[in-house]
Amino acid sequence: MRAISFVRQFLEVVLAIAIAPLFTGWIAQCRAWLQNRSAPSLLQPYRMLRKLFFKDVVLAQNASALFRATPYVLFGTMVLAAAIIPSLVTDLPLARVADSIALVGLFATARVFLSLAAMDIGTAFGTLGARREMMIGFLAEPALLMVLFNAFMLFGSTSLPSLVDGYRAHQSVVDPSVIFAAVAFVMVLLAENARIPIDNPSTHLELTMIHEAMLLEYSARHLALVEWASSLKLFNYACIGFALFLPWGIATHGADGGWPLLVAIAALLGKLVIAGAALALIESLSAKLRIFRAPEYLAMAFLLAVLGLLVHLLLGA
Amino acid sequence: MVLSAYHWISALAEALAGHELRFMLCIVAAWMILGLAGFLRPHSIRFVAHLLFPAGGVLCLGVAVLAGLYLGSGRGPQTAILPLGLPDLPFHIRLDVLSGFFLLLLGVAGAGISTFAAGYFRSGEGTAPALLGLHYHLFLASMALVMLADDAYMFMVAWETMALTSYFLVTSHHRIPEIRRAGFLYLLMAHVGAVCILLCFGVLQGGSWQFTFDAMRGAPLAPVWATTAFLLALLGFGAKAGLVPMHVWLPEAHPAAPSPVSAMMSGIMLKTAIYGLLRVSFDLLNVRFWQWGALLLGLGLFSALFGAIFAAVQTDMKRLLAYSSIENVGLIFTGIGLAVLFQTNNMPLFAALALTAALVHSLNHSLFKSLLFLTTGSVLHATRQRSLGKLGGLIRPMPWVASLALVGTLSIAGLPPFNGFISEWLLLQSFLFTPQLPHAFLNMLIPLGAAALALTAALAAYVMVKFYGVIFLGQPREGSLESAHDANWLERLGLGWLAFGCILIGAVPQLALNAVAPVTGKLLGDSVRPSSTVWWIAPIAQQQASYSGLILLAGIVAVVAATFVFVRLLAHGRMRRTAPWDCGYPWQNSRMQDTAEGFGQPIRHMFGAFFRMERHLPSAADTAPRYRVYIEDRLWRGIYLPIARGVQGLADAIGVLQRGRLAVYLLYSFLTLLGLLVFVL
Repeated sequence: MRAISFVRQFLEVVLAIAIAPLFTGWIAQCRAWLQNRSAPSLLQPYRMLRKLFFKDVVLAQNASALFRATPYVLFGTMVLAAAIIPSLVTDLPLARVADSIALVGLFATARVFLSLAAMDIGTAFGTLGARREMMIGFLAEPALLMVLFNAFMLFGSTSLPSLVDGYRAHQSVVDPSVIFAAVAFVMVLLAENARIPIDNPSTHLELTMIHEAMLLEYSARHLALVEWASSLKLFNYACIGFALFLPWGIATHGADGGWPLLVAIAALLGKLVIAGAALALIESLSAKLRIFRAPEYLAMAFLLAVLGLLVHLLLGA
Repeated sequence: MVLSAYHWISALAEALAGHELRFMLCIVAAWMILGLAGFLRPHSIRFVAHLLFPAGGVLCLGVAVLAGLYLGSGRGPQTAILPLGLPDLPFHIRLDVLSGFFLLLLGVAGAGISTFAAGYFRSGEGTAPALLGLHYHLFLASMALVMLADDAYMFMVAWETMALTSYFLVTSHHRIPEIRRAGFLYLLMAHVGAVCILLCFGVLQGGSWQFTFDAMRGAPLAPVWATTAFLLALLGFGAKAGLVPMHVWLPEAHPAAPSPVSAMMSGIMLKTAIYGLLRVSFDLLNVRFWQWGALLLGLGLFSALFGAIFAAVQTDMKRLLAYSSIENVGLIFTGIGLAVLFQTNNMPLFAALALTAALVHSLNHSLFKSLLFLTTGSVLHATRQRSLGKLGGLIRPMPWVASLALVGTLSIAGLPPFNGFISEWLLLQSFLFTPQLPHAFLNMLIPLGAAALALTAALAAYVMVKFYGVIFLGQPREGSLESAHDANWLERLGLGWLAFGCILIGAVPQLALNAVAPVTGKLLGDSVRPSSTVWWIAPIAQQQASYSGLILLAGIVAVVAATFVFVRLLAHGRMRRTAPWDCGYPWQNSRMQDTAEGFGQPIRHMFGAFFRMERHLPSAADTAPRYRVYIEDRLWRGIYLPIARGVQGLADAIGVLQRGRLAVYLLYSFLTLLGLLVFVL
């Protein structure tokens, strides 16, 4: 363990916390352009957070300690996840704390906490949101796991830094299974982050909402933390996608010094810009699904991932 | 201070070294004496509950310490012959690493349950205190003896004692007809299983007519007979463990029993079945075939998925937990199946990984399932309600129980950094190596098994959110819930011990892995090395996969604390309380929250094929509309009722002989004699 890796670890976490709202803002801006609306400023999410932090919390009378603790737990798990995912460098002291399966578990912890908090007040909306969120969660997890299995088949590891290193070492290998896995991953990303075919981040119509329904009772600093954690979750998912499918630019083991780090930051920003535009395009082109069509959507993601796995086994054998 | 404690512990270990078995037998005898001692003052709940039960708990702790020391010492098996039993058949007793591990599990979980039970039992409920104490302690003793038995005779005596004492405990509220019915079903299934186990031992002796386990280990068996023995063991132990389709007794018996007994049955007794299966298939049988592994894997995954799906639609909190036990037993069988598959294909390290996952999950399940069953006991006492539809909002009047139940909920949902995650992670890791098996067909299928496992794990989270959310969160669905009281200090102590175990194994999984390592080493010849450092577990290789519960836990706590401080420093802590937002509809009441049925509705919708549903919907003109849905297991009508009808039909057919007239019976005797005469001549 060298001091420099701790410094880079710290840098990575701070960068993740800082630019996660920017990524959300960028997607919103792209969507606005695609829909012929005038776009809000890129800094809008930060203004929102600032405003929320200085408001008074309005708490339901029967809210328990669990409800008040959850925003902090959500934010904490997402920051920790950002520390584990190799978004800039692979030589991270914390990366060995959790492999990709444990990372999925960490996201599940956040999801369970949010669902429990949503049930705490006992309004019809909260429970409805919690139920739907858990439903999407248990359908998305097998698909996500199949994607990770696929990566394991290719490079014999479930640890993200090892995967990145593996990819970088065999740059010529383009396995066809990766394409299937990548499509499945994008579908899971949309579902898990309350994006359009499954959920609509900008709706407040009770029949369609999932994520927003769970947040209805949150206000001020609590809401700010939950929103920030949601941005971080989207950012983290994007970074997992980059590590699995687009690992170029990430500073690998032994690449010390300032230059590779600058390249990594530039590459990350570039990838985020493209990924954000792509996500906005997908969201603008697709319609929201009825809630009971969601299993079909996620089953398709799952089947694509399994197909990728079978393609790999058949071609590899 | 620390040093002197260390000296003290090592001195204790020195004194006990080599005598663990003897001390354990003393503890078993002490349990029996404790059970009988209740009759000194048979009606005094203070004497039985507040004195004898805690003493039993301390003895449990003693068993755990002895088993832990034995596992740590790395010494060979210890044997003894008890001069009891029939004249020519003395009891053989043996302590080896496999029984050591399961005794550790029994001790750790039993200590928490006994402490809780001390505060739980009230006078005037069900059986008299002394009788309850007797059954309870005999139950504990018989489970320990099952794990220590070294001959078929001793094993069956202990096994039957376990079945009978638990039957009496289940039916301690025997005035309620449903409980009697549940008890009968349990007894029936227990005996069907026991017959299978007896036949299994009959096959295992291989013609030597020696029923000690030592003789069985040496008996050469043809593949057909080995497979027969394995299948009989699977049936017999599967019936006890609640493997689908032998699971029907579980969701009936667990809700019927008092909560500490449910905890004991689910947490420990199901594990004796796991122990028995491992003993027969990995120790007594000296050949194994990969088809067994595939069978175990298939049954295990199906049970896991089945249990999780049924748990999601339950409306009784203890039935929900019972189905969740079926799920967890399924996960354990999945691990054992993978271990057999790997071992028969000469991959001992991966086999060790899979078996480690199964054993660690057994330990974890005994902790969190006992914890949750016990919390339902506290809820039941505080509210007199078992139906989820009449609970809600208990986190406010019962903060202790609610926070300890939260630990159990997060653990059983398989979330890091708690202990349930460790075993699920290990199981998924071992699934990752299945493509290296030399069976092309299995290689294609098993990844789907991993997906089924992931689905089960995620469904378990769904179920537990339902369980916790409906009981403890939201608004109270009945007015009487506002006055619910929290658990007393003994109950809290028992719950706290189990919750502490969940957190400890979650943060330092090395403890569990070290306890399991000698077992896998003995059974498979290889074991998973936890890691070179105290911080990580990396079961196969560092760059392949690693996990650190401790750093994860510390990280979450640190970041959460830092966030809290930052938010308070940079912003402010102002807050006011008002009514929750009512959507502009002020007539909302607590009955408009999601019910347990409502929460399970998506599952009913998606997995409709699993259930037999009867819906009763009111017509449009109905002035007092009632909505009803009955959900039933398809297997009940598909398997059990046809068997019951068949048996009834056969009995009726034979019943024709029974005429109730002496002349007819004399005629039968005459005809029999005539037949024999023909035979002799």
